[in-house]
Amino acid sequence: MVTNITSFSRSGLSDWIIQRASAVVMALYTVFLVVYLLAHPQLDYATWSGLFEQTWMRIFSLLAFVSLAAHAWVGLWTVTTDYIKPTGIRVGAQSVIIIAIFVFLVWGIQVLWGA
Amino acid sequence: MSKLQVSLYRYNPETDSAPYMQEFEVDTQGRDLMVLNLLELIKEDDSSVAFRRSCREGVCGSDGMNMNGKNGLACITPLSEVVKNNKLVLRPLPGLPVIRDLVVDMALFYKQYEKIQPYLQNDTPAPAIERLQAPEERDKLDGLYECILCACCSTSCPSFWWNPEKFVGPAGLLQSYRFLADSRDTATQQRLSELEDPFSVFRCRGIMNCVAVCPKGLNPTRAIGKIREMLLANAT
Repeated sequence: MVTNITSFSRSGLSDWIIQRASAVVMALYTVFLVVYLLAHPQLDYATWSGLFEQTWMRIFSLLAFVSLAAHAWVGLWTVTTDYIKPTGIRVGAQSVIIIAIFVFLVWGIQVLWGA
Repeated sequence: MSKLQVSLYRYNPETDSAPYMQEFEVDTQGRDLMVLNLLELIKEDDSSVAFRRSCREGVCGSDGMNMNGKNGLACITPLSEVVKNNKLVLRPLPGLPVIRDLVVDMALFYKQYEKIQPYLQNDTPAPAIERLQAPEERDKLDGLYECILCACCSTSCPSFWWNPEKFVGPAGLLQSYRFLADSRDTATQQRLSELEDPFSVFRCRGIMNCVAVCPKGLNPTRAIGKIREMLLANAT
């Protein structure tokens, strides 16, 4: 057993299943948005804003944002442990990535529920 | 027919400050030799060339090396299979420390093999004669037990190059599944609990270089998938 403290879930098995589940959520969200945009060629602000006022759309969007955050954490943590060998630089990079993910997630929630 | 151009990786840490490629011209007399035979011809001219060999028939796994960019066993690889434009580049297995020329230090590879406890563990009293196994149970071990530990797969795996101390590697994981799948082994839970961290198994990214190079035609990627399935079934 190899120990680790900065990976998303501390478990390779959990990280692996989270990576796959979040990929499915993001794929569904992407397909939905593409189909929606194709179905509304004359899209205006009122229609777009109306879509995001629906509770189900906010829940779906938040699910996609959380999935993106988890997916990015798992994936980028893997990249840093593969390619960045000096411990100080690796931990620094991981910290920047984790904080950035957190900031983007909170920002995303603010956009969804903001004015 | 012109002589075969061979470019050979040379490094003797006692005398060389850095590795270098040495060029040889070998007259194969038009024969489709195995790469090992070619190396022996070169060694007749220059006895300082170092490489490992033993059985010369693909059973011992000693002469794994990188031939024109692809890992394989020199003794069962015919020149016609690897030579391009009358040129052959021979290098040691990638990713492991070089002891001399084509001889690499396999310590890390064996450490990962040792980690998966490659022996049958059974905590029930030993029967008088032998532990029985149904033919169907025995069939599950086909494609797993044939591994000769030549290290061609693990040393072609980028995940093993980047994390050789933490990622078990395709060879070790193939053997890990060989004991997880064995109906006579009772240490399954303990074996699985050793494998669920982010490195040991899950650093495999499905690149499948291991499958492409295995000289015995085995499929470590499939075994790794089976281990993941067992871990998932065990944890959900």
